[in-house]
Amino acid sequence: MEAEKLDELIEEAKGGDQRAFEALVRHTYADTYTLAYRLVGDEEDARDVVQETYLRALKGLKKFRGDAQLSTWLHRITANCASTYIGRRGKHRHEPWPDDVDIADTAAERDPGRQADLGDLRNHLIEALMQLPPKLRAVVVLRDIYDLPHESIAEQLDITESAAKVRLHRARRRLRERLYPLGEEQARAI
Amino acid sequence: MPSETTTVNTTKGECEIFALQLAELADIPSDTIAANANSIAGRHITSCLRCQAELAQYRKLLRALSSLRGELMIPDEFLLEEVLAAVRPPASVRRLHRINYKNRKAAYIGGIAAAATGVTAGAFVIASRLAAKQRLAS
Repeated sequence: MEAEKLDELIEEAKGGDQRAFEALVRHTYADTYTLAYRLVGDEEDARDVVQETYLRALKGLKKFRGDAQLSTWLHRITANCASTYIGRRGKHRHEPWPDDVDIADTAAERDPGRQADLGDLRNHLIEALMQLPPKLRAVVVLRDIYDLPHESIAEQLDITESAAKVRLHRARRRLRERLYPLGEEQARAI
Repeated sequence: MPSETTTVNTTKGECEIFALQLAELADIPSDTIAANANSIAGRHITSCLRCQAELAQYRKLLRALSSLRGELMIPDEFLLEEVLAAVRPPASVRRLHRINYKNRKAAYIGGIAAAATGVTAGAFVIASRLAAKQRLAS
């Protein structure tokens, strides 16, 4: 969707146009679901998080000033809802990425050969991400995949900025150790 | 990796000190780390092949993570319907919620009133009995 059209829809939705808000939902829900799933690691919880996200978005839409992109704004709300969910769940569930979920690559043209090489790494990475404790996973997903600033992550997860950074570095370290165990041994052998 | 890298004798202990910093420095370009070679961490990393190897792994990890941003999980079609239903409650449901709220409010007020009446009646009965006892005694 073009940026202009999107801005138009946002303005109409802010003015109370239900159809415009629904069009925004249609345009963004797959992205919101993807983030929610990556944060909570469970399909059913992710669905609940998505619903909660749009209910909050609807409630808070008038406060959306357009300083950030709509997607960034929704990511923040999703992060906040997911954080509440994780806190409420109170236990860690580590479930693998389901095999029956369709993946659509929306990135620009890619070299198929390079994609194949990266396939293994990608699969291992997703598996490693899902095995991280939710609190560590949330920070690394929001920072390194969705590029949210530390300040915003801290705000949405209700932690200090320094705690967010520490969690990020711990998460990265765990991922690296899991993805490159042999590489680490080699590195240590130098 | 900076081309001006030199190797010096570094111990595993030194590397451990900077291990967590490597996760942080993965965001920073090699040039910047090399430019900060005056800092203790910068000096160690620019001269330690072991840490540089780890740093390269971190960067590879960050690239892989970043590439996930372009992937969308496509949920089943019911999710969209569920979300739309959640944000678009029918007027009858909204009215029902209001009625339920009003009924609940009325029930609470009624309960409080009944409890207050009960307490007042009880106090009245006790006071009457005490008065009757006093009259009999006199």
